Amino acid sequence: MTVQVSRRGLLKGLGAGLAGGTLGALGFGGLEPALAAAVRPFKLAQMRETRNTCPYCSVACGVILYSLGDKSKNARSAVMHVEGDPDHPINRGTLCPKGASLLDFVRSETRTKYPQYRAPGATEFKRVSWDFALDRIATLLKEDRDRNFVAKNGDLTVNRWTTTGFLGASATTNETAWLTYKTVRSMGALVFDNQARV
Amino acid sequence: MTNLWMDIKHADVITVMGGNAAEAHPCGFKWVVEAKAHNNAKLIVVDPRFTRTASVADLYCPIRPGTDIAFLSGVAKYLLDNDRIQHRYVAAYTNAGYVVKEGYDFQDGLFTGYDPDKRDYDKTTWDYEIGPDGYAVVDETMQHPRCVMQLLKTHVAQYTPEMVERICGSPRDKFLKVCEIIATTSSPERTMASLYALGWTHHSKGSQNIRSMTIVQTLLGNIGMLGGGMQALRGHSNIQGLTDLGLMSNLIPGYLNLPIEKEPTYADYAAKRTFKPLRPGQVSYWQNYGKFFVSFQKAMWGAKATRENDWAYDYLPKLDVPTYDVIRGFELAKQGRMSGYVIQGFNPLLSFPNRAKMTEAFSKMKFVVVMDPLQTETARFWQNHGEYNDVDTKSIQTEVFELPTTLFAEEEGSLSNSSRWLQWHWQAQEPPGECRSDIEIMSGIFLRMKEAYRKDGGAFPDPIVNLTWNYAIAESPTPHELARELNGYTLAPIEAAGTQLPAGKQLDGFAQLKDDGSTACGCWIYSGCYTERGNTMARRDNTDPGDRGIAPNWAFAWPANRRVLYNRASCDPEGKPWSEKKKLIEWNGKQWVGFDVPDYGVTTAPEQGVGPFILNQEGVARLWTRSLMRDGPFPAHYEPFESPMANLAFPKVKGAPAARIFKDDLADLGTSQEFPHVATSYRLTEHFHGWTKHAKINAILQPEAFVEISEELAREKGIAKGSWVRVWSKRGSLKAKAVVTKRVKPLICDGKPVHVVGIPQHWGFIGHTRKGWHPNSLTPVVGDANTETPEFKAWLVNIEPTTPPSDAVA
Repeated sequence: MTVQVSRRGLLKGLGAGLAGGTLGALGFGGLEPALAAAVRPFKLAQMRETRNTCPYCSVACGVILYSLGDKSKNARSAVMHVEGDPDHPINRGTLCPKGASLLDFVRSETRTKYPQYRAPGATEFKRVSWDFALDRIATLLKEDRDRNFVAKNGDLTVNRWTTTGFLGASATTNETAWLTYKTVRSMGALVFDNQARV
Repeated sequence: MTNLWMDIKHADVITVMGGNAAEAHPCGFKWVVEAKAHNNAKLIVVDPRFTRTASVADLYCPIRPGTDIAFLSGVAKYLLDNDRIQHRYVAAYTNAGYVVKEGYDFQDGLFTGYDPDKRDYDKTTWDYEIGPDGYAVVDETMQHPRCVMQLLKTHVAQYTPEMVERICGSPRDKFLKVCEIIATTSSPERTMASLYALGWTHHSKGSQNIRSMTIVQTLLGNIGMLGGGMQALRGHSNIQGLTDLGLMSNLIPGYLNLPIEKEPTYADYAAKRTFKPLRPGQVSYWQNYGKFFVSFQKAMWGAKATRENDWAYDYLPKLDVPTYDVIRGFELAKQGRMSGYVIQGFNPLLSFPNRAKMTEAFSKMKFVVVMDPLQTETARFWQNHGEYNDVDTKSIQTEVFELPTTLFAEEEGSLSNSSRWLQWHWQAQEPPGECRSDIEIMSGIFLRMKEAYRKDGGAFPDPIVNLTWNYAIAESPTPHELARELNGYTLAPIEAAGTQLPAGKQLDGFAQLKDDGSTACGCWIYSGCYTERGNTMARRDNTDPGDRGIAPNWAFAWPANRRVLYNRASCDPEGKPWSEKKKLIEWNGKQWVGFDVPDYGVTTAPEQGVGPFILNQEGVARLWTRSLMRDGPFPAHYEPFESPMANLAFPKVKGAPAARIFKDDLADLGTSQEFPHVATSYRLTEHFHGWTKHAKINAILQPEAFVEISEELAREKGIAKGSWVRVWSKRGSLKAKAVVTKRVKPLICDGKPVHVVGIPQHWGFIGHTRKGWHPNSLTPVVGDANTETPEFKAWLVNIEPTTPPSDAVA
């Protein structure tokens, strides 16, 4: 399912095959490499195509992400171009002003890149390690849960925790949401919601 | 959506009301344009503003914000008075002939059983009369004075075109023209699609807005039909998925409910949810509730959920209030009763009503954790950004974590769109910096807690330490592993459809689920998404047999890959399509066949008389909803909680009587003497909420906050085009540039002009756009009685010319 067929790569291949055949037959065999080098290649032809869906609204338009990097061990890939997926039955290759500018979302200067921590009363964020952040969060959650967990209301077993809230994100995947559901519910948390209300 | 995006092309009439699809769902709206171009469809737009959708409409009718129920009840009255309903459909497929119990009544705007102190109803009389055979009593002639049809006629009687005009400010001639066009779809050959979004839900009676149109669509026989249906155009790309998966206070995935504390045992819980057919021979998905629930518990806790321990029923928390939704959550935080909030991809500081209250609530918490690919205002609520976020940083004692996450291009997985399609997507690049996926972050937090509970003990560690965690790399479960859990699998050999399935196999669908502990399934409606044959969400076959606009082998649609819900209703009682042109399925003498997966027993013959709405105990569509809605079995017109006028329909009741409002929030409501104008919030096509202010092109396209007002209001207040204005409510104030436009006009309601101030919602204090305010600085904290959705579409403000903010560019 993950085989990526590049339409532009295919066109380029066909072009090269034609050039070899026709020009070769006409006796220009020696010129072929020079000619091929002179033609400015399609920039996108060098790129890998990945099928994705627009993360904004619920139409879920198909998009093709063009990225550099061949997924080899030491190569980092980077999205360079985004366009609508012509095979997609809803948007048939079209995109709206939001979808058409997805590249600027991916490359936004105001993306978060490192875990940051703001101590009580501090005026600045401080860059911290993942271990620091996750250890501290797990400790805060456990302390609060242990202090405020309600096991019984009279005779009734209620096993609930209502002093820490959780919000799920409605742009995360179903798989992410399921993992969030599992972990949050296993803690007995009830203050739990997502963007469905707004 | 009951139907799907492409299906809109089959519609003969499209009504966009409570939404602005051309602006908010542009590529989906292309199917409306397609219907206009190639199906000669008429587009009706009913909206307070002349929107981008209205600009391509065949008929635009203005309406005052918050009066949709009066308008649509008027439409229903027109259909009934003029006998423009789909008679056979109404008789066979709705509860129009069902007789309601004696004792039920509706007087002066209130249904029987209202308790003003609790702001709630005792709903015991809101049910059918049950006959000696144990089934609901039905009068097929629909003449019984207490049958639903007669009650409906009485209920909508007062919404005459004159009354609609007085309440809604919709000119009578335009309203009647809307009625006439809608009425043409009472023909079995013609259908209307209703497209709506937050314009209906963002009200204190949002659910009843939708119910009003459902009544209209049901009378017209438009549900289950190609080109018909109720099309909820959802917001975010996976808001449908998050709802399906129950990421809410009171839900279990697949629309099961979390137990309440008065259901102390599984037996108590199950007894209340046992399906009791209301008509002879009726079937329902819900008769399998136990199978869905037990399989969910097995997915959560595996071998620790046994018949002996009630399938680990005690592992689930029990509710003492209907929900701990986000409005209650931040109310508790404001009262100092919340320690912290863990927030994934969400910007609540600018998403929930009453910004000042949100800031106060955040400042009172001990810790706040934000996971997001972008820097959000929420993660920086403690930073002083001048008048845009004027807080005293040093006095805020909250610990804040900003955790960087991957975004769509850096991960794989599925999203569920409005059409209920689960579509898989693939990773295109590595994340920048040290970003991690939400899966890894939540796993990292959870595994640390689990280890601490295992080692040190603590409050009820059992559900944490026993949570199923069969992932190859514990710290990084893969989307495929998680999707396989959602689909469901066998834990022991099972007998299914006459064949044996060994243990450890993926299920084909929810029909194979068992309540004896032999199957596990995270979300029953998603079963079929990842079977032994592979990941059906990744399917990319876009062929569309019969040009139905269905593409049945593209991705996976829940439930059971069904593309149009209630499609049995697209055929007459004998099983013949109402319209050959709009054929979806049909009875061939032996079974149901056609383009879509039948929403019905495949071999259930028409003469067996099983109703087509198999999610309902009655098997038919409900014009009257028994006790299923908290605020009444019929919609009734109530004014918004802040409104410029009295309730003309029911002078004794102003706002929705069963909508929840907390004490301090009630005191924070303004009056029309102080705040004479109606405000409404909305979105622009160039932006998506607060995200796109971080994207350069979008920030260039719509760089600056503005409000829209009419030329008349501008003249009255001395506001020049493009000048700075201050807009304020009882709760706060904002500044923005004034767009003076003919797109907004005063509405004449009960003889007096009502001015509307339109406030788009895309600005904050972080990102590439200029700084600005979100309308939540002004909005009231009141939720819909059924959903707790805040009233963002109708409240009161005042407006005046002002000076620019200190950092403003000319």
